[in-house]
Amino acid sequence: MRLARWLVALPFLGILIGTAFVNQVEPLVFGMPFVLAWIVGWVVVGAAAMAIVYALDPLNAVSEGEADGERQ
Amino acid sequence: MNAALVIIGLATLGALALGLAAHRGVRMTLEQWTVAGRGFGGLLVFLLTAGEIYTTFTFLGGSGWAYGRGAPTFYILAYGSLAYFMSYWLLPPIWRYAKRERLLSQPHFFSHKYDSPWLGVLVAAVGVVALVPYLVLQFQGLGIIVSIASYGSISPTLAIWIGAATVTIYVMISGMHGVAWNAAVKDALILVVVVFLGIYLPVHYYGGIGAMFRAIDAAKPGFLVFKPSGQSILWFQSTVILTALGFFMWPHAFSAILTSKREQTFRRNAALLPLYQLILLFAFFCGFAAIMQVPGLTGTKADEALLRLSIQSFDPWFVGVIGAAGVMTALVPGSIILISAATLLANDVLRPLRPGLSDSAIGVTARALVPLIALLAVYFTLNNPPTLVALLLMGYAFVTQLFPALVCSLLPRNPITKYGAAAGIVVGVVVVAFVTETKIGFADMLPFLPARVGDVNVGFAALILNLVAALLVSWATRPAPIAAASSSS
Repeated sequence: MRLARWLVALPFLGILIGTAFVNQVEPLVFGMPFVLAWIVGWVVVGAAAMAIVYALDPLNAVSEGEADGERQ
Repeated sequence: MNAALVIIGLATLGALALGLAAHRGVRMTLEQWTVAGRGFGGLLVFLLTAGEIYTTFTFLGGSGWAYGRGAPTFYILAYGSLAYFMSYWLLPPIWRYAKRERLLSQPHFFSHKYDSPWLGVLVAAVGVVALVPYLVLQFQGLGIIVSIASYGSISPTLAIWIGAATVTIYVMISGMHGVAWNAAVKDALILVVVVFLGIYLPVHYYGGIGAMFRAIDAAKPGFLVFKPSGQSILWFQSTVILTALGFFMWPHAFSAILTSKREQTFRRNAALLPLYQLILLFAFFCGFAAIMQVPGLTGTKADEALLRLSIQSFDPWFVGVIGAAGVMTALVPGSIILISAATLLANDVLRPLRPGLSDSAIGVTARALVPLIALLAVYFTLNNPPTLVALLLMGYAFVTQLFPALVCSLLPRNPITKYGAAAGIVVGVVVVAFVTETKIGFADMLPFLPARVGDVNVGFAALILNLVAALLVSWATRPAPIAAASSSS
C-alpha cells in the first residue's frame, strides 16, 4: 500500500514537470499533438494508479456499513 | 421560431418538469434544499462532483480556447485529473467532520474548525465573490447558445435575460433534488453530442483528427504547443497547480461532497472521474476543427466557435439538439451555483449576524436571495465580460485562497491560528483583486526578477503570499503551548 501511494506521484511529475520537455507537435499520437497526448497518457496512468491504490487500501476492504465509521 | 429554438425550448421545459417531479414527497427544509438531506448514493455524487467537467465552461469555453488560443486549453484536461487524484485523501476527512458536526456548508466547516464565526463569514464572502464570475460564465454561455440557435432572431441581451429567468425559476422550485436528476440527463446528452461532434467534424472537414492537427500546424506554426512567453509552460504549470488545488474549494463543490451517503464513494470516484474527464478531448477537437472553417472569431467571439461550426454543418433540428445539450450544461451548474451563493449569504453571513433567526426564516431568506443574485450576475454579464475561460480563472484565483487554511485544519496539529487563516485569505484575495483590477503584472511590480516570472498565474503568486502571511501571523498570535483549540479532527 505504501509503495502504491507513490505511484500517484507519477502523474503529478509527468504533467507538471514532464510537459516542459515534450512541448512539441510531432510525432502525432492517435492523431493528437505530442504534448496533448503526453498529458492524456498521464491521466490514464494516474487513473490506473488510483485503481491500484483503491484495491490495496484496507479502508475499502471493509463492508460498506462499517466503512462509514461514525454511522449512528 | 425555427426548429432549433423549439427543441431547445422543449428541453428547458422538460428540465423544469423533472426538477418539480424530483422533490415530490420531500419537505423542503434548508438541509434538503442545499445538500438534499445528505442522502445521495454513488451515482448521483459521481454526477454532482463531475458537474464541473461538463458545464458551458468546457462545452463552449474549452472549445473556444482551443479555437482562439490553441495549446493553453490543454490545462483544462490536466487540472481536473490531478484534483481527483488528490481527492482520494482530501475528501473523506472533510466529509467525516462535516457529517459529525452536521455542517451544511463550507464556511460552517471553517468556523467550526477554527472556532471562529467571523472566519466563517469571511470564507462565505470569498465564496460569493468567486461564484459571481462563475455564474456570469453560465449566463453568458446561455446567451450565446440561445441567440446563435435562434439564427440571430433573439438578441444576445434578450437571450441572457431568458436564460437567467429560467435558472432562477428552476432553482426556486426544485433545490438540490431537481438539480441532481437533471445532472444525470445533462451528462448523458452532452456525452453523446460532444463525442459525436468531436469525431464527426474533424473527419468531415479534414479527413481525420491527425490530418486536422497537421493542417492547423502548417497554417499556424506554434499554435499547438505552449508559447515561449505569455501562456508558456510556466503559465501552464502555475495555472494547473492553482486550479487543481482550488477544484474542491468551490462552495458548491463542497456542497456536492456533503450530499454523499458514504465516504467510500470519493475514493472510488478518484479513479473513475479522471477517465470521465477525457471526454473533454472531443470538445477541444470541435474547437480545433472550427479554426479553418469559421475563421475570424476574435476575443469573446471565440466562445461561439463550436456553435457557429455546428450551424454551418447541420440542419436546424440537430443544431437544436446541440443547443439543448448546451442549455443543460449551463442550467444545471448555474442552479448549483445559485443555490450555493444564496445559502452562503443566508446561512453563513446573515445567521451569524442575526443569531435569533429561525431555521425556516433562513430557508425563506435563502430562496428570496436567488433572484437578487441572478440579477447581479445578469448585470455583470451585460457589461462586457472576458472570455468564458478567463472568467473561470478569475473565480479560481479567488477561491483557491481558501486552500491553505482548509488543508492545515485537517492536519493533526494545525500550524495555523484563526488569525493566521484570516490574514492569509485576506492577503490572497486582495492581491488577486488588485492585480485583476489594475492589470499590473508581476513583472512590473518586481522588475528585478527574470522576465519569465511574468507568465506565472496571478492566483498562484497570490497563493504563495497567502501562505507566507498565514504562517507569519500564526507565529505571532499563537498562544502558549496549550494551543490545540482547533485540531479536533
